[in-house]
Amino acid sequence: MRLKRLGELCKRREGLEIRFILIQNRAGKTRLAKWYMQFDDDEKQKLIEEVHAVVTVRDAKHTNFVEFRNFKIIYRRYAGLYFCICVDVNDNNLAYLEAIHNFVEVLNEYFHNVCELDLVFNFYKVYTVVDEMFLAGEIRETSQTKVLKQLLMLQSLE
Amino acid sequence: MPAVSKGDGMRGLAVFISDIRNCKSKEAEIKRINKELANIRSKFKGDKALDGYSKKKYVCKLLFIFLLGHDIDFGHMEAVNLLSSNRYTEKQIGYLFISVLVNSNSELIRLINNAIKNDLASRNPTFMGLALHCIASVGSREMAEAFAGEIPKVLVAGDTMDSVKQSAALCLLRLYRTSPDLVPMGDWTSRVVHLLNDQHLGVVTAATSLITTLAQKNPEEFKTSVSLAVSRLSRIVTSASTDLQDYTYYFVPAPWLSVKLLRLLQCYPPPDPAVRGRLTECLETILNKAQEPPKSKKVQHSNAKNAVLFEAISLIIHHDSEPNLLVRACNQLGQFLQHRETNLRYLALESMCTLASSEFSHEAVKTHIETVINALKTERDVSVRQRAVDLLYAMCDRSNAPQIVAEMLSYLETADYSIREEIVLKVAILAEKYAVDYTWYVDTILNLIRIAGDYVSEEVWYRVIQIVINRDDVQGYAAKTVFEALQAPACHENLVKVGGYILGEFGNLIAGDPRSSPLIQFNLLHSKFHLCSVPTRALLLSTYIKFVNLFPEVKPTIQDVLRSDSQLRNADVELQQRAVEYLRLSTVASTDILATVLEEMPPFPERESSILAKLKKKKGPSTVTDLEDTKRERSVDVNGGPEPAPASTSAMSTPSPSADLLGLGAAPAAPAGPPPSSGGGGLLVDVFSDSASVVAPLAPGSEDNFARFVCKNNGVLFENQLLQIGLKSEFRQNLGRMFIFYGNKTSTQFLNFTPTLICSDDLQPNLNLQTKPVDPTVEGGAQVQQVVNIECVSDFTEAPVLNIQFRYGGTFQNVSVQLPITLNKFFQPTEMASQDFFQRWKQLSNPQQEVQNIFKAKHPMDTEVTKAKIIGFGSALLEEVDPNPANFVGAGIIHTKTTQIGCLLRLEPNLQAQMYRLTLRTSKEAVSQRLCELLSAQF
Repeated sequence: MRLKRLGELCKRREGLEIRFILIQNRAGKTRLAKWYMQFDDDEKQKLIEEVHAVVTVRDAKHTNFVEFRNFKIIYRRYAGLYFCICVDVNDNNLAYLEAIHNFVEVLNEYFHNVCELDLVFNFYKVYTVVDEMFLAGEIRETSQTKVLKQLLMLQSLE
Repeated sequence: MPAVSKGDGMRGLAVFISDIRNCKSKEAEIKRINKELANIRSKFKGDKALDGYSKKKYVCKLLFIFLLGHDIDFGHMEAVNLLSSNRYTEKQIGYLFISVLVNSNSELIRLINNAIKNDLASRNPTFMGLALHCIASVGSREMAEAFAGEIPKVLVAGDTMDSVKQSAALCLLRLYRTSPDLVPMGDWTSRVVHLLNDQHLGVVTAATSLITTLAQKNPEEFKTSVSLAVSRLSRIVTSASTDLQDYTYYFVPAPWLSVKLLRLLQCYPPPDPAVRGRLTECLETILNKAQEPPKSKKVQHSNAKNAVLFEAISLIIHHDSEPNLLVRACNQLGQFLQHRETNLRYLALESMCTLASSEFSHEAVKTHIETVINALKTERDVSVRQRAVDLLYAMCDRSNAPQIVAEMLSYLETADYSIREEIVLKVAILAEKYAVDYTWYVDTILNLIRIAGDYVSEEVWYRVIQIVINRDDVQGYAAKTVFEALQAPACHENLVKVGGYILGEFGNLIAGDPRSSPLIQFNLLHSKFHLCSVPTRALLLSTYIKFVNLFPEVKPTIQDVLRSDSQLRNADVELQQRAVEYLRLSTVASTDILATVLEEMPPFPERESSILAKLKKKKGPSTVTDLEDTKRERSVDVNGGPEPAPASTSAMSTPSPSADLLGLGAAPAAPAGPPPSSGGGGLLVDVFSDSASVVAPLAPGSEDNFARFVCKNNGVLFENQLLQIGLKSEFRQNLGRMFIFYGNKTSTQFLNFTPTLICSDDLQPNLNLQTKPVDPTVEGGAQVQQVVNIECVSDFTEAPVLNIQFRYGGTFQNVSVQLPITLNKFFQPTEMASQDFFQRWKQLSNPQQEVQNIFKAKHPMDTEVTKAKIIGFGSALLEEVDPNPANFVGAGIIHTKTTQIGCLLRLEPNLQAQMYRLTLRTSKEAVSQRLCELLSAQF
């Protein structure tokens, strides 16, 4: 009986990972899109629009989670920006919700009170920050101190 | 702490981005971008070699333009050049460009892989990191081929830097996900497991993800990870909030790593007793901490703490073996049900749903019923209410079913449209599952129809009828209740269906009451008739003919109705046919025959509830494996659904006892044995065939009949002195349904009557046919019906063969005919203008795509007939498209399960020569060929 349950579980857990990370402003302009799954360009555009549509209609009384196709979106709003992570329906909601906040605190430290414009003008650096913290759809590093130390080191190489 | 100023590094890039932001219109933006693209192109093509900085700047601009949503068709080479730079910033931009605009150009892939190889070998941790991140982002098969052997070495080498180990672990994970066959297991696997002991928690975090994924596929090889994960978890949860320094997040020690370790443990059953004791301690500690006063008021603190708690509860549920922990988990979630944070209420409802299915915690979950019902009424977020419905459904049992069903029904009145159908299904299932008293069940379903009739699917009302028919203790009550419900001035059509069916079967049970006399019943139903759709009217007509049998006194009234022009001359074929047949039946048949033909429906065979099947289907991806079964179940149910039985099916339901004497009656699908040798001389061949798979040669003339069906769907397919085979079929996209009618033209019964559908090996994968065996006895003069459900999986050429074997007066009969299921049946017509037509025509100019046939006319060349045939063939007939008005052109799409194939056709008649030229163009040669063959035979 155990074996069978184990089998079921493995099926359920297959492909557990972040599918994409999106940062959008209220008007729907994308400030970062990092894809961890193969989509073609049209599909990406469609996903971006759909995520914007489901997330922006929600208010503070709603949860930070939305079912989305066969996945779910965990999102948090900071001023005019929505940070969204798309994960498997069985994944841990609160862990990703705080992963977003951890990421935002790093950005805030790195860009010294981050604002939307920082993300626009330094888009190529934002990718570096993302890669330090998330890789292959998994959480890579959670220590803010370690991430910032590494970013500072890379900054010094410029 | 570091801080970067805006756009430092590349001034030109910052200026360009500012320019774009200042553009007032889309046109201005495009103009500015085109100017920049021209500039970059000229720089890249210029004679002067660009320095690394300029190259980096331009590549970065191209990337920015791409991210704005514009196509970029150059610059890849320059990006690849940047990879071999020795400066970090140049390399970084090169890798970023490659990661974002991954290009399958094989020439470049080789260059890229070469650069990655150099960086991996460089022993420079920064460069190694960039290379690994690029592989992890692209993850293509080519990269897996090149690096899957190399990365495990980097991962376990003693001198690899921690940050590189982190990247290598996840990079390997990515390659394992995309190309598991290319990642060889080996010595490295045991060393990877020991990374769980690493001092650097970042390495442990990354390694845990890798181990979890590998363990799912190779549980044996990674078994040792269980005890290591438990000790690591134990060290984390017992540490003081400051012990882990960098990895403490708002006073919670390493929350993400804890979650990952708990997930890894969910790949395995509960561990051995020694390890298990430690794990139980960990889980208890986590549960205890949830009760402690918070160390911070910040939501981050509570979220991080609860992320771990919820994962621990998932593990407890997964093990499902510690009653104490399960009940504690349930109590903890119970507290969250009333928490002020919506997130926590939502997650508690969701998690409790799984707890409800454990025998240890089911009772504990039930104690929260009032809170959950309250959530259903007060939650503002529809997704939270949805979870409350799910939980009520999960916690429902015999003791609380009446309360839960009542609450769900009352919620249904105001429920969001998006979740109504699901609630209807859930109520219907619970009402059936926990009905002690079936009058309650009937009331519940009628209430469902009253409150949310539009969301009551066929399955639900089929099911109530199946149950009423199978349980005679509830039939009288059901008749009385539907009769009362139908009194409402406006009632839902689904109620009319249920009412019509039930009164047709059991109206006699309430006819003694003068308030529901036969005439009143009839008038009540007929007052709804004109407001109903065609299928419902058809059902009501069957109810009327059943009334003729049940209540002879209303026969004249009903005959008058059937005789009226609005029935006998109804534009709908089905209604007209029923009216004609039923009227005739009521006039010519004796009371005895009427009583036999129209007798009460026999009980339905017990099978899985079709509603349950539907709910499973709605539940989507988690039960994908059940989906096929569900579909099959559904298709069976639809055929066997409780359509009141007209004359022909009733005949099927009364098997003749003589069939059983032969001992074959119960297994109609068994091949008919060879008949006694008293058979006629012409049957010698059949006498010696001992298997149904030996097919008789095709019946003479069937080829011609077959061709007639290419452009039409109904008619007689085959006829000899004994047997007539009629067809009626309908097709929609890649699906179809064919009704085959077997008429016994003699006055003697057919025994062992066994029709078999045969698809050749070539045809089988492309065409799915499903049917049920028919009754093995066909009475003299009777007709039986067989339904074939058809699915076109892929395009096909051959036609299936229908083989019929039966015994007639001691002789064995064997008939084979081709069943006219042809590729063109899956045509959907497409209208298009002349310009579009010829544009597509030109696009399909490849010689393999076109098939042409020039042939002599076999029939008179009549324009109208030709038009009708092309439309019957299934394509759209496009008028005023061909410059020559004498020509015919058509367009359509062949729908198969796997693909859709666009088809264009052109038919050019030549009256003088009495010839035609037919040209077919489709994207697939075999399709052009087959369609051309089929259509050529029509003129």
